[in-house]
Amino acid sequence: MNVTEIEEIIARHQEVDGRVSGILGDIQKKYRYLPEEALRLVSKKLGIPLTQLYGVATFYAAFSLSPKGEHLISVCHGTACHIRGAVQLSEILEKKLQIKEGETTKDGKFTLEAVRCLGCCSLAPVISIDGKTFGRLKPEDIPGVIAGWKERDNCDA
Amino acid sequence: MMPDLSSLCRKGLEALYPDKVKITVGRATCGRASGAEEVYQALLAEVKERGLDCTVATTGCLGFCQEEPLVCVQFPGKPRYVYSRVRPELVKEIIVGVINQNMPRKRLLGKVFEDEVLITGEKVKMDDRSGDRSLAENPFYLPQVKVATRNCGYIDPGSIAEYVARGGYLALQKALAQTPEEIIQEVLESGLRGRGGGGFPTGKKWDFARKSPGGVKYVICNADEGDPGAYMDRSILEGDPHTVLEGMTIGGYAIGAHTGIIYCRAEYPLAVATLREAIKQAEENGFLGDDIFGSGFSFRIEIVEGRGAFVCGEETALIASIEGKMGEPSPRPPFPAERGLWGKPTNINNVETWANIPPIIMKGGKWFAGMGTENSKGTKVFALVGDIKNNGLVEVPMGTTLRQIIYDIGGGTGVFDFKAVQTGGPSGGCIPASLIDLPVDYEELTKAGAIMGSGGMVVMNEHACMVDVARFFITFTQDESCGKCLPCREGTRQMLELLNKICAGKAEMPDLELLENLALAIKDAALCGLGQTAPSPVLSTLKYFREEYEAHIREKFCPSGVCRELFELTIAEEACRGCGRCAEVCPQQAITGQRKQPYRLDQDRCIRCRACLNTCRHKAIKVVPPRR
Repeated sequence: MNVTEIEEIIARHQEVDGRVSGILGDIQKKYRYLPEEALRLVSKKLGIPLTQLYGVATFYAAFSLSPKGEHLISVCHGTACHIRGAVQLSEILEKKLQIKEGETTKDGKFTLEAVRCLGCCSLAPVISIDGKTFGRLKPEDIPGVIAGWKERDNCDA
Repeated sequence: MMPDLSSLCRKGLEALYPDKVKITVGRATCGRASGAEEVYQALLAEVKERGLDCTVATTGCLGFCQEEPLVCVQFPGKPRYVYSRVRPELVKEIIVGVINQNMPRKRLLGKVFEDEVLITGEKVKMDDRSGDRSLAENPFYLPQVKVATRNCGYIDPGSIAEYVARGGYLALQKALAQTPEEIIQEVLESGLRGRGGGGFPTGKKWDFARKSPGGVKYVICNADEGDPGAYMDRSILEGDPHTVLEGMTIGGYAIGAHTGIIYCRAEYPLAVATLREAIKQAEENGFLGDDIFGSGFSFRIEIVEGRGAFVCGEETALIASIEGKMGEPSPRPPFPAERGLWGKPTNINNVETWANIPPIIMKGGKWFAGMGTENSKGTKVFALVGDIKNNGLVEVPMGTTLRQIIYDIGGGTGVFDFKAVQTGGPSGGCIPASLIDLPVDYEELTKAGAIMGSGGMVVMNEHACMVDVARFFITFTQDESCGKCLPCREGTRQMLELLNKICAGKAEMPDLELLENLALAIKDAALCGLGQTAPSPVLSTLKYFREEYEAHIREKFCPSGVCRELFELTIAEEACRGCGRCAEVCPQQAITGQRKQPYRLDQDRCIRCRACLNTCRHKAIKVVPPRR
């Protein structure tokens, strides 16, 4: 973590409404988690108790206290996806990546997470990888999607 | 600066109806997830390579998500061709068609012969009605009446001029010449009720906030669309962001607020980006800022991104979240209208509610109240999804029956029987097939044990297990419970344990009674609306599908074939046509046989993944009780 970078992020957010959310959001984006030192610094600069920031950091699904992988695979577990086979997609992803939902691969490349609803219910079941949404998936499509993503990224995870 | 409506309108019309060929791609999130970006890039490349003088444009969601990606082709003054399920291969054919002025018939969903501008009532006719079918007469679109989604799929969401060309910001101009009381009166007369779930009369809410003492007030747009199964707000934000900005500005003027905040969930990055651009353009053109339309009224809009907490859809939790705290609800009263954001009077409406405001102001509350039922006025957007032929967003007058929505618009559930429809998300319930003629409005849905909610309609066929659906929702609410009050925090946990027991075949009959009592206790005792309604999925499925719970408990059998320990799959010889599709999809090679002969399923290899069940068009795969 770099103190100047955190200070820059804080300085970028001068707005009153949603300031904490904006700052923590940017830190999470940059480091893929909220480092403790960063939270301490934000607490000091904004005059907000660290306990409140810890509460916020652990309350919202988008924040994490340990680093997430380089690539984030989100499996939608909304209602439509659930009845159209999201559980089967999760199972095959867990098998393929050898991690459980909520975990990160040992090499730090992929984090697999379950999300509530990506709002693409008409294309259920869907997953998203780094924000790109894939719809109408069948379990047998998963290896291809993952392979395509690795290739695109030139990573050999 | 003074907004220049007429020159923007002219510019917008030129962009909407250019004097050269215009090809438009629906590039909202659902389109993109179906491959719209590849299609868009392929179109750009083809046009460039062939040196064609035509426009490749962007629009939002046309609603018919099942048929995405959708591409429109419009020759000057001619009807617009709408193509469905376009792949990069079809792009070449479309381009050749444009060059030869002879468009392909393949994947032609229909043609648009006329555009109507709802706000002004103007019609843009495109002659030549010969030949192809009209898109408006497609069963999916025919019964629809588009008010909140009137511009989605028509305009480029990144162009304020196109919004103005469809009557945009006329309502703001009109409103600012009226008194706030007159506006509130109009909204009251419209009978508009909150589209986010609560169904509280919008005009009354505004009136409370207006009458609350205080110099600083806020209006908030709740864009934290968290109900799984609903995505109309995303679609409106991505397809027509200015209608929300215009609605909020009118609302701000009516209650006396100068700041508007859009609280948008971070899962919708495209909506956030579209909103940012829209706010910028509205500011540049004088629709936001100081002294709007020379009225002396100033208004600004900010965006705050949510961070993934379902409970933040509840208005007091949403306010806490904007203030940088955990999104925990607080008891009401005081209502946000008295003491809301930073302790100031605050009015919160959701995206779809705001999107209805400009048409109400322009066409009058009476016009809006002319649609719908006695206590539910206007139209409602539903996300029609799940086990249904035509997935998509549909906007229909309140009071339209479930049958019309599911069968006429949705095209039914295919070879499998319709079993239930889930409305209202985690706070809602499952309505059984026997109530198919239920008119859909706030009262009727509540009477049936469900709720309107934000308009999610998840259709389920005979292979959905209602106990599993109840467990799904309780898992959801248990996980999303903020933990502040005990009935919700602990009660949902206990309910989940009971449901897990039932689904695993380990429950006894007294567990069912316990589940029901627990559900009723949480309903009475939880702090906020989310906790109070958390048991609804359990209560409604117990009401209509109790025998399914009992089968799980008494017979240790899941008749729908979902709960894995409680069923087996088998192939009914008399129904099997020997097509072999089941064997092709089986990941375990558990199904064997010869073409045109009945296939066999090896129980020992079967993992009950249901791939065969969902594939067989002859309903030859049967769900049977497990051998013990």
